[in-house]
Amino acid sequence: MTGAPVRSRGPDIASRTLRERSVPGRRAWSFPELDVPNIDVPQDHGRRSAPGLPEVAETDLVRHFTRLSQINYGVDTGFYPLGSCSMKYNPKVAEAVAALPGFQRLHPHQPEETVQGALELLWRLERALCEITGMARTTFQPPAGASGELTGLLIMRAYHTKNGDPRSKILIPDSAHGTNPASVTLSGYRAVQVPSDQRGLVDLAKLRDLVDQDTAGLMLTNPNTLGLFEEEIEGIAAAMHRVGALLYYDGANLNAIMGRVRPGDMGFDVVHMNTHKTFATPHGGGGPGAGPVAVNAKLERFLPSPVVGFDEESGRYFWDGERPDSIGRVHGFHGNFGVLVRAYAYVFGHGREGLREVGERAVLNANYLACLVSEAYPLAFPGQPMHEFVSTARRLRRHGVRAMDVAKRVIDLGFHPSTVYFPLIVEEAMMVEPTETESKDTLDAFAEAMLQVSREAVEDPHLLHEAPVTTPVRRLDEAKAARELKLHW
Amino acid sequence: MRFAPHTDEDVQAMLAACGLSSLDDLFAHIPSNLTLDGELAIPEGLSEMELVADLRRLAGRNRHLDDLVSFAGGGAYDHYVPAVVWALAGRSELYTSYTPYQPELSQGVLQALFEYQSMICELTGLEVSNASLYDGPTALVEAVHMATGATGRSRVLVSETLDHRYLETLATYGAGEHFSVETIPVKSGVTGMTAIGEDVAAVVVQHPNFFGNLDRPREVFEAARAAGARAIQVFDPLSLGILAPPGELGADIAVAEGQMLGNHLSYGGPYLGIIAARGQDLRRMPGRIVGETTDVDGTRGFVLTLQAREQHIRREKATSNICTNQTLMAVAATVYLGWLGPHGLEELGRQCMAKARYAAERISDLTAAELMWPRAEFFKEFTVRVDRPGVVQASLLDAGFLVGPMVGEDGLLVSVTERRTREEIDRLVKAFGEALS
Repeated sequence: MTGAPVRSRGPDIASRTLRERSVPGRRAWSFPELDVPNIDVPQDHGRRSAPGLPEVAETDLVRHFTRLSQINYGVDTGFYPLGSCSMKYNPKVAEAVAALPGFQRLHPHQPEETVQGALELLWRLERALCEITGMARTTFQPPAGASGELTGLLIMRAYHTKNGDPRSKILIPDSAHGTNPASVTLSGYRAVQVPSDQRGLVDLAKLRDLVDQDTAGLMLTNPNTLGLFEEEIEGIAAAMHRVGALLYYDGANLNAIMGRVRPGDMGFDVVHMNTHKTFATPHGGGGPGAGPVAVNAKLERFLPSPVVGFDEESGRYFWDGERPDSIGRVHGFHGNFGVLVRAYAYVFGHGREGLREVGERAVLNANYLACLVSEAYPLAFPGQPMHEFVSTARRLRRHGVRAMDVAKRVIDLGFHPSTVYFPLIVEEAMMVEPTETESKDTLDAFAEAMLQVSREAVEDPHLLHEAPVTTPVRRLDEAKAARELKLHW
Repeated sequence: MRFAPHTDEDVQAMLAACGLSSLDDLFAHIPSNLTLDGELAIPEGLSEMELVADLRRLAGRNRHLDDLVSFAGGGAYDHYVPAVVWALAGRSELYTSYTPYQPELSQGVLQALFEYQSMICELTGLEVSNASLYDGPTALVEAVHMATGATGRSRVLVSETLDHRYLETLATYGAGEHFSVETIPVKSGVTGMTAIGEDVAAVVVQHPNFFGNLDRPREVFEAARAAGARAIQVFDPLSLGILAPPGELGADIAVAEGQMLGNHLSYGGPYLGIIAARGQDLRRMPGRIVGETTDVDGTRGFVLTLQAREQHIRREKATSNICTNQTLMAVAATVYLGWLGPHGLEELGRQCMAKARYAAERISDLTAAELMWPRAEFFKEFTVRVDRPGVVQASLLDAGFLVGPMVGEDGLLVSVTERRTREEIDRLVKAFGEALS
């Protein structure tokens, strides 16, 4: 069921960098003979010495990167319960359709009449995302969630500015992802933190104290980063809207409520989605993502330009750039189109009942796993979790064991561990998100491993402190990496 | 399509273990007036075969570059992608992984990114690179943030020879009130000279520039640095086998669109933003940076480092909000640059330049066409002056050629990569002649 990269003592040559494999005169490239007259590089523009790129044969390249893939863990390798990341199975069919030449071999400057299929795909995906979120229009330009956040905030700013009062602050719960406050600063606003209450939810009374005429809006994830549904969302929305402030929905946790609750119906005005979470587009070791932003009718005019247009009479799709109130362009072209093709495949492959089932099974899996492990790792807050839960390893501290030690030992037992030390408001946090694509068998086996580690923490903490011992490298010296900076060969 | 593996028995057993009797119980605490009445207005799900048919239909409504011959440029190019690139970058242990938060399980991605950073430093002649940004224009926004942070100034001078998409993107992010953008006028197809005051944070020059011309970065950057501003170059990574690197030209920060490094065109994304800088700005660098270290046994390994700059630690005081980047595209770029090596890169640059020159000379031989800047030097693209460029572009499309984008009212950009043959160029010239007659 798992296949974590394991420590193997191959020949030394295997662990070399590409540069260490380089031999002058070796090459992989081939080009046809130049079939036009050669010319000289204008003298004052020429490069004096060749760049220090490696010289390797194609076999070297293949062995090198194949080995790198073998010392890397992905969803295809095994269970990957990183909280807040929705590491679900990435359907192979999405890769296959994205590789069709009719999508992959399109130039971004092609005239509209040559890309009617691409525009139709975006138009249909936009309609579906608006339906899922309860919004009016969507932009596909933001290439990632954080970019979506900034786009949404700039839209909020444009709205308030148009009303003659840009305002200065944005409220953010203390449990929020770090991109939220960072995006707020970049949008020219000031982030003001809202405390969580005893239940791990937004403290509504404190929120009411903080909201005033200078508040531009609130950024909220619901379910929140503790995996709990903000049950007082209507009260929160009313408090914001009463002073003319806007509600931003961070879609990191949209997976939990898809087809059941819509951000628009909860009172949100702007929504970003993370396609690499909710819609299973592969995250590529850190990217690409795509962060479509959907807005309600009152914010539509401020969306980045252009948006996809459709002329019903002629049946023709086009880029609609006649948008005088638009915040402008947030990406060089049309966003991460290749990623959006995969998201389309996911949304339309699942359909309305399939998407609802996704949310249900994700929540079922998280609740089931929480039941199995919460005696050993108590939940940080008592509420019923949604698609993920946050436990604490606080109890193990008296044995000299930290959440990170648990995570490293879990690696030796063949699993990718959960997120640790996030959210920041939970001591020794372990944030677990199994996603819907994992079977009961996998959850049982992971729970068994977690329980084994909790017993070992008491009986033999050495095992945890030494872990991992099965991986290609053991614990790495991060302080040394930051002190003796070596950022290139 | 369904990927949840639960049987009905699994569901019942799991609910029972939680003390629940139905799936609806999992959502019982959500106020009922918020839950959706009925179903989403989205079609019913499809089988895999039906889905593939639907997407084949949509793909079939596009004309793609296996059908059209591309002389299009303006920031994205039809360079050849060797088979080995995606055979390796497409390995699913790499592409289905998340950001490498557990380095012991992520050495593959981390080492590949370390090698990517190394190759970018080698290419640019600068000391630090990060692990990628979204694309060229957003990389420029980040570079400008670095410059305003480093200088404490907020005026940004941008040459009008810069691709307008970069300028538009900068203007959008400038609305956050962190900087203001002014332009330096074009003179003879390159950056005109302008006074650079002591209040300028950054001067941005694209070289080779949007029109294709080799610009004059050395002089402008020298003036910029004399005024205490950061010199920022927007460059073409595939020009650097033959053209002097940004570091040598005097750039402090260099940014680029990285699509041409082994990434497919995909109608504009996913690409990657390249950023490199001198050591002085290391701690202002946005995004992920990978560093080399050792493990407890002394074995070499790689980790994300200098994380104190980043949003998950610094929150509202972070150097950037970037979290997700374009790692997989950077891995593809690394494989591609490994395939090219220094001599392949040089040969590729030489071929692009020679073929572009050949195409430009043949087109300017036509009576109704001339080069916009006949005396300018260029790398792989050039601007043709024609009346009604939109009509010419459409007529060339009818003949099976993609050219552009348009430059102003009377210009058409023509780009020539190593993929284009003399025969294709000759056919383009013939079609140009017919379009203009």
